[in-house]
Amino acid sequence: MGLFDYFHANRKSADVAKERLSILIARDHFHRHQPSFLPALQNELLEVIKKYVDIDQDDVTVSLDREEDCEILELNIALPEKRHNKEA
Amino acid sequence: MTRIIVVTSGKGGVGKTTTSAAFATGLALQGYKTAVIDFDVGLRNLDLIMGCERRVVYDFVNVITKEASLNQALIRDKRIENLYILPASQTRDKEALTMEGVEAVINELKETFDYIVCDSPAGIEHGAYMAMYFADEAVVVTNPEISSVRDSDRILGLLASKTKRVVENKTPVKEHLLLTRYAPERVKNGEMLSVGDIQEILSIPLLGVIPESQSVLTASNQGIPVIMNKNSRAGLAYSDCIGRFLGEEIEFRFIDAKKGGIFGKFFGGR
Repeated sequence: MGLFDYFHANRKSADVAKERLSILIARDHFHRHQPSFLPALQNELLEVIKKYVDIDQDDVTVSLDREEDCEILELNIALPEKRHNKEA
Repeated sequence: MTRIIVVTSGKGGVGKTTTSAAFATGLALQGYKTAVIDFDVGLRNLDLIMGCERRVVYDFVNVITKEASLNQALIRDKRIENLYILPASQTRDKEALTMEGVEAVINELKETFDYIVCDSPAGIEHGAYMAMYFADEAVVVTNPEISSVRDSDRILGLLASKTKRVVENKTPVKEHLLLTRYAPERVKNGEMLSVGDIQEILSIPLLGVIPESQSVLTASNQGIPVIMNKNSRAGLAYSDCIGRFLGEEIEFRFIDAKKGGIFGKFFGGR
């Protein structure tokens, strides 16, 4: 048993519950406040990129952040290390 | 001015109907003319908890479809003056609760009642939406358990976006947190989320904490709302909730495991 596991096993279950809930609810809130077009945008981007590069659903992430009065649309596209050019 | 209260939770089995029955009974005991409506069409249970199941002739859906008048469907409580129950339909499809129909019934009740308590079904489907739509205040019933807290958070999101008050740009629905099935000993041992933890996560004002108590099952077995049992910690905790709801300042009790603790002065283990 590693040191991490040792501490983890000795944590009170209520503390584990609180930590899990805090993370979960922060994530729920984040998704709740996303505009509804984001999933569609993500899918369309995926389709376009797929024409050129072989990527999976998980390789494209789209998110919207708010900082004061400024909105930041963040696109993250992870290309595979080796190029899978469809023509090849 | 009539106040409409929805008792809701998202998750099932956390004590919505027990709370609705206790709340309506408590308000009526304080002299307010109160109606409690069961919105759980198809799974009628409030009548059982209130002990009037054998007196149901017409129901909420019959009133909406104009097969019966509101007065024919309302059941007057035999024990408590000023208390009336509008049972749910046991057979109909829940789509029978139309927005216009529900509004018409609520408007008619508003003419004579001080409080209307809406007992929401579990989930976030049509019945739950109808129960919350017209509310001025919401009692969010939560167990100290992660899935219940998460679902309550989801319901709070809906209360803040899908109610008539929001649509009409009025002040938002007033939210109250009601923790049920609380076991202070387990909290002390680190086996259960504490009142403070849950309040921190949901960040809405705490109306009350109902301790885990055998008397809740006994009350439901007998069809007597638990708030009428003055020997029950759960019953007393519900009475405190009514006091706080009506603006009194009442110290929280039954939330500390230790006898003689800051909060649990009067009652130790019972």
